[in-house]
Amino acid sequence: MTHAIEVRNLYCEFQQRRGSLGARRAVRAVDGVTFSLAAGDALGVVGESGCGKSTLARLIMGLLTPTSGEVLVDGRSMARMDRRERARLIQPIFQDPFSSLNPRQRIRDIVGLPLASQGDIPKARQVDRVMEMLARVGISSEMADRMPGQLSGGQRQRVAIARALVLHPRIVVCDEPTSALDVSVQAQILNLLAELRRELGLTYLFISHNLAVVEHIATEVAVMYLGRIVEQAPVQDLFHAPAHPYTQALLASVLTPHPGLGIPDVGLGDTYPDPSNIPSGCRFHPRCPRMLAKCAETMPDNIRKDGRLVECLLAIPE
Amino acid sequence: MTTLVPDAVLSVDNLRVSFARTEAVRGVSLTVRRGETHCVVGESGCGKSISALSVTNLLPRGATRTAGHIRFQGQDLLAMSERQIARLRGDKIAMIFQEPMTSLNPAYTIGSQMSEVFERHRRTTRRQAMDRAAELLTRVGIAAPAMRLGQYPHQLSGGLRQRMMIAMALMCDPELLIADEPTTALDVTVQAQILRLLQKLQRELGLALLLITHDLGVVARMAQRVSVMYAGEVVETGTVAEIFAAPTHPYTRGLLDCIPVPGMTRNGEPLGNIPGVVPRLLPGFIGCGFRDRCTMATPECAETIPLRDVDGDHRYLCRLPPDWKRTAA
Repeated sequence: MTHAIEVRNLYCEFQQRRGSLGARRAVRAVDGVTFSLAAGDALGVVGESGCGKSTLARLIMGLLTPTSGEVLVDGRSMARMDRRERARLIQPIFQDPFSSLNPRQRIRDIVGLPLASQGDIPKARQVDRVMEMLARVGISSEMADRMPGQLSGGQRQRVAIARALVLHPRIVVCDEPTSALDVSVQAQILNLLAELRRELGLTYLFISHNLAVVEHIATEVAVMYLGRIVEQAPVQDLFHAPAHPYTQALLASVLTPHPGLGIPDVGLGDTYPDPSNIPSGCRFHPRCPRMLAKCAETMPDNIRKDGRLVECLLAIPE
Repeated sequence: MTTLVPDAVLSVDNLRVSFARTEAVRGVSLTVRRGETHCVVGESGCGKSISALSVTNLLPRGATRTAGHIRFQGQDLLAMSERQIARLRGDKIAMIFQEPMTSLNPAYTIGSQMSEVFERHRRTTRRQAMDRAAELLTRVGIAAPAMRLGQYPHQLSGGLRQRMMIAMALMCDPELLIADEPTTALDVTVQAQILRLLQKLQRELGLALLLITHDLGVVARMAQRVSVMYAGEVVETGTVAEIFAAPTHPYTRGLLDCIPVPGMTRNGEPLGNIPGVVPRLLPGFIGCGFRDRCTMATPECAETIPLRDVDGDHRYLCRLPPDWKRTAA
């Protein structure tokens, strides 16, 4: 069976300078990521800032070229596709609908641009598809002639969704699509994204720092830490029985609206992860509350347990 | 509702703030007691930050502020000159903001920025102020304080910067700490660490903490008392236990239904949501600001809305009776 998307051994390294005279250093933002997704699935990618989740999204969208590794869509390598073909298969939705929409274009032109740039769709057909898509995301036809500045944040994000879906792509990469929105509006957009996935059979890659949002939208969750997926499992399994100590700490730090529980002690200590200086052995060991002596030397690579990926030496049966 | 609370550190009565074309705050009253955390929660544009800035008269240009009173430890802040208020700011009333990078000067060391407050208010030498700064950095869990004092803000991570801001706010032993979204820019793991620290210090020092947030999780875990704001008004206020157990205003109920809670949401089931968007209200607006988004709205909602009691401490701004949910269902 071919997967809707398959990511094989993806690496991405940046050269960074500390200050204007400092030495160049390599920062490995994505450090060997492999996963595949079946059509109609939604993979939530979570992790702290700097873990490489947005870099991963950009690699998959083709906005960055990987140092090595490849991305396959429907079994075909993205690197060998031209931009038009890529655009038909994979489309983005970004975090900030204030900067992702051209402020000088009308809504109908913003949503129509992916169709126009394909070059072979008749104008009348383009207009029909734009209006159809706007209606589907809850933007009335009067609003089609407005400018982004006349729309609220939630409406703009609906426009961004319409633009992403107007070419009927296979895969939609959502990078923090609700982080800039208020909670009441966030719920509207999450519900819309969930409906659209079911109706159109879309495959989502959903990047978020908000675990609750990911639990709501994803079928499968990947937890990233310093450029690698350290745990990946079906959403229910991951949230009900997190196996990696880092996943456990992430889940423990979520403040659910339950009075009286106080603020949890996450137990991660005061060291912060630095992608230009990745620790030896298990990359999480300096912060891990359950660290063993061997964790500083042995890298837990590709360990599978009960049908999930857990990069942790504790997961190896004795 | 001018009720005198004996241990009130801050008491604000009927605060109104307007700009040329919007009324940002429309009659907010709240009290923060000694040793208590009072959270003001609401969505962007509801007036929560403007209300907090009003207390120390830090409003942006063009804002007009009126109030029945704003009292800090019995003194009326409205009657004070800018000079007198400046003497309180950073001294007895300290503030922490969302993004420490924008509230710090990138060209000065941490030590110089921390000690400046102390030198000014306490008329001490630089040496004494630096010692005090080092003491507080240790207190907020920053290792090697002497080294940190010589560093610049960009050399610190986001979590460390926010710890430093807390240390700086505590330099002069404030009575009231106003924190405006102090952890919104941080990762969840760091947020938990910072909030734990804030809670611990607040208890140890008996601070009155006015915490502004949009996050109901933060409210539930940090506060004793909460005021829910919408469109410039406090639509519901009470103890955290009461508000979360029996939310009464339709907006509070809607807001609690909207947030996905890990382990509680069922995948595939839509979240509750509040249709429409937060309105901008023109000066002279009368009635309930939520009525356009409320499923229970009737023409009466365009008239002045009474403040009702669920019981003595739990009040809400709506024409519906306290048990409306049961009657409606």
